[in-house]
Amino acid sequence: MGPLMQGALTILIGVFGCIGYFYASNLILDRLIFPARNDDAGRNINRANAVRPWLFLFPALFALTLYLVYPVVGSFIRSMYDRTGDTFIGFQNYQNLAADPEFRSAVFNNLLWVLVVPAAATFLGLVIAQLTDRLKWGGIAKSLIFMPMAISFVGASLIWKFVYANDASIGMLNAVRLFFGADGPIDPLQVPFWNNFFLMVILVWIQTGFAMVILSAALRGIPEETIEAAILDGANPFQIFFKIQVPQIMGTILVVWTTITILVLKVFDIVYTMTGGNFGTQILPSYMMEYMFRDDGRATAVALVIMVLVLPVMIWNIRQARKEMR
Amino acid sequence: MENIAGHKPALTWVTRICVLVLVILWLVPTVGLFVSSFRDRDDISASPWWQAPFPTEQTSGARISGEPALVDGVYVLTGNLKDGEEGIGKITAFGVSRSDPTGIAAGEETELRGGGTLVVNADGSYEMRTPEEPSGKGQRVYFAAEVPPEFTTDNYERVLYSNGMAQAFINTFTVTIPATVIPILIAAFAAYALAWMQFPGRGLLIAGVVGLLVVPLQLALVPLLRLHNDIGIGQSFVGIWLAHTGFGLPLAIYLLRNYMVGLPKDIIEGAKVDGATDFQIFTRIVLPLSFPALASFAIFQFLWTWNDLLVAKVFLPSDSGSWVMTRKIADDLLGSRGGDWGILATAAFVSIAVPIAVFFLMQRYLVRGLLAGSVK
Repeated sequence: MGPLMQGALTILIGVFGCIGYFYASNLILDRLIFPARNDDAGRNINRANAVRPWLFLFPALFALTLYLVYPVVGSFIRSMYDRTGDTFIGFQNYQNLAADPEFRSAVFNNLLWVLVVPAAATFLGLVIAQLTDRLKWGGIAKSLIFMPMAISFVGASLIWKFVYANDASIGMLNAVRLFFGADGPIDPLQVPFWNNFFLMVILVWIQTGFAMVILSAALRGIPEETIEAAILDGANPFQIFFKIQVPQIMGTILVVWTTITILVLKVFDIVYTMTGGNFGTQILPSYMMEYMFRDDGRATAVALVIMVLVLPVMIWNIRQARKEMR
Repeated sequence: MENIAGHKPALTWVTRICVLVLVILWLVPTVGLFVSSFRDRDDISASPWWQAPFPTEQTSGARISGEPALVDGVYVLTGNLKDGEEGIGKITAFGVSRSDPTGIAAGEETELRGGGTLVVNADGSYEMRTPEEPSGKGQRVYFAAEVPPEFTTDNYERVLYSNGMAQAFINTFTVTIPATVIPILIAAFAAYALAWMQFPGRGLLIAGVVGLLVVPLQLALVPLLRLHNDIGIGQSFVGIWLAHTGFGLPLAIYLLRNYMVGLPKDIIEGAKVDGATDFQIFTRIVLPLSFPALASFAIFQFLWTWNDLLVAKVFLPSDSGSWVMTRKIADDLLGSRGGDWGILATAAFVSIAVPIAVFFLMQRYLVRGLLAGSVK
């Protein structure tokens, strides 16, 4: 059976299985377990309604627990074992990580990414959102800047491989350098330290559109009276932007910032495709992939380090969500 | 807000120019890839893609030989340099010595070393006049000619028919569709329960979903692959469908719940008063009304699964017959064909064409989904 047929079958089983499950389980609950009949009718309806949410939730909860909650525990346990997975070695994997200079450089680079990419993408997104706000063709401009969101990290990396090519007749960057009188082509991806920033440009290129779309909506939501009042008081456009508009959308800016921060901690494709982690560009997700399949103990230890880095943002997110629900 | 800019026309112009520059900056890399995918491998390394639409100048050489006609005691040899050569445009200059191959403008006359004259015109026709009958292999002529821009779909033929990219395309498709469809229903039921049903622990569950939104996928890889191996799924399409379903659920539940909470309360309460069960309310009222949110999530999940490399690398078999496009490009084309820019550009373009089409067709839903997911 070809994968295509298998796929079609899976869709059928998935969709009809879901509908069947929900329909049948509701039916059984109402007719068989707590039938609304006789003297118990009232009580049974209440009992059925108390159980029903869990029927609705069960498939999702089951999948979430199996695919996201269990792995956190499973990874933690696995990271306590050696390469083969047979011998318990405690925190040895973490100690090995701490002693590995490549890991330390990956942590350092990752911190650079976390500092630069969200800041750059949010800033550019905010500026573009503001600039396009009053343009007739702003919609088209925004949609073109938003487009890289649809492109895979691998595709985006390839696109930028052309820009960075070590050859002035392929790579734009080198062509521009030559135009300004540089003496020969360089490979931007091998320039120590700065190559990290060339890689970050790719992610900023992708994420700016995301920041722009959300911040643009937030800017539109600002009450016009506040801006009109500022104009009457003689504020110039820059003052209006930085002192009236930005403070009012600070909450949204933070949301965008943290969302991109989390993404930065997870994306391994760009480094993997562009440099394979060589030339001092290693980051944690790509470092982990180096050990995946070879030394699962160490790979899971890296994954847990990433988890620990994400944790503060996660807690902040949950707090925000709870605040909104009240 | 218009009056802010209205006061200062100069500022409006600065704004316009800034936006234009930014749009161009953002677009140029993709355009480069697109143009390169239609160029021959040799052209790509011969001239930059931004010069591709313009004719290039190429210098080549030829020998003038043949039977001269004797006119007034002078041997006259005429012909056309373009004969037998394809793809040559206007000739701009010519020369007879290797050290200065293009020193004479087309249409001008030059003295030959052995006596006599030679003139080459822009259309390639030449006339050589010599006092003695030309002998040997013929007169060597160099000329600079404009070569019209050349675009070809050869790369696409090569990528699609002989490179395994077609298989990878089908594989990507096979991974994407079930992985997009299956989570939607599961999530929709759960979202309805979290939005409109009262039960203890609801707040906690919502917080849990928000927390799971940011759990790094990396954590899931090793334990889940082991689980799949233990229950006999192993590395397979079934495995990756399940994995994508699990990983997509938090966003699906979160998006759908946010949307469903905003549905008008009266309709749902009214239906309850009329005796509709939760199951009926969900299937007849909430699900149809939530179509925009369902569409947003479907687009997200589609883009995410189509563009994914990490999950495909771990949960699909590692033989080349099961590679998706991202993996094909990252692990095969970039390695073994690192120098073939034409193939790379074309493969990349094939892999991003579908998501870009989806993006432009469904942008409205995508934006709405983003806003629902982030700004609440």
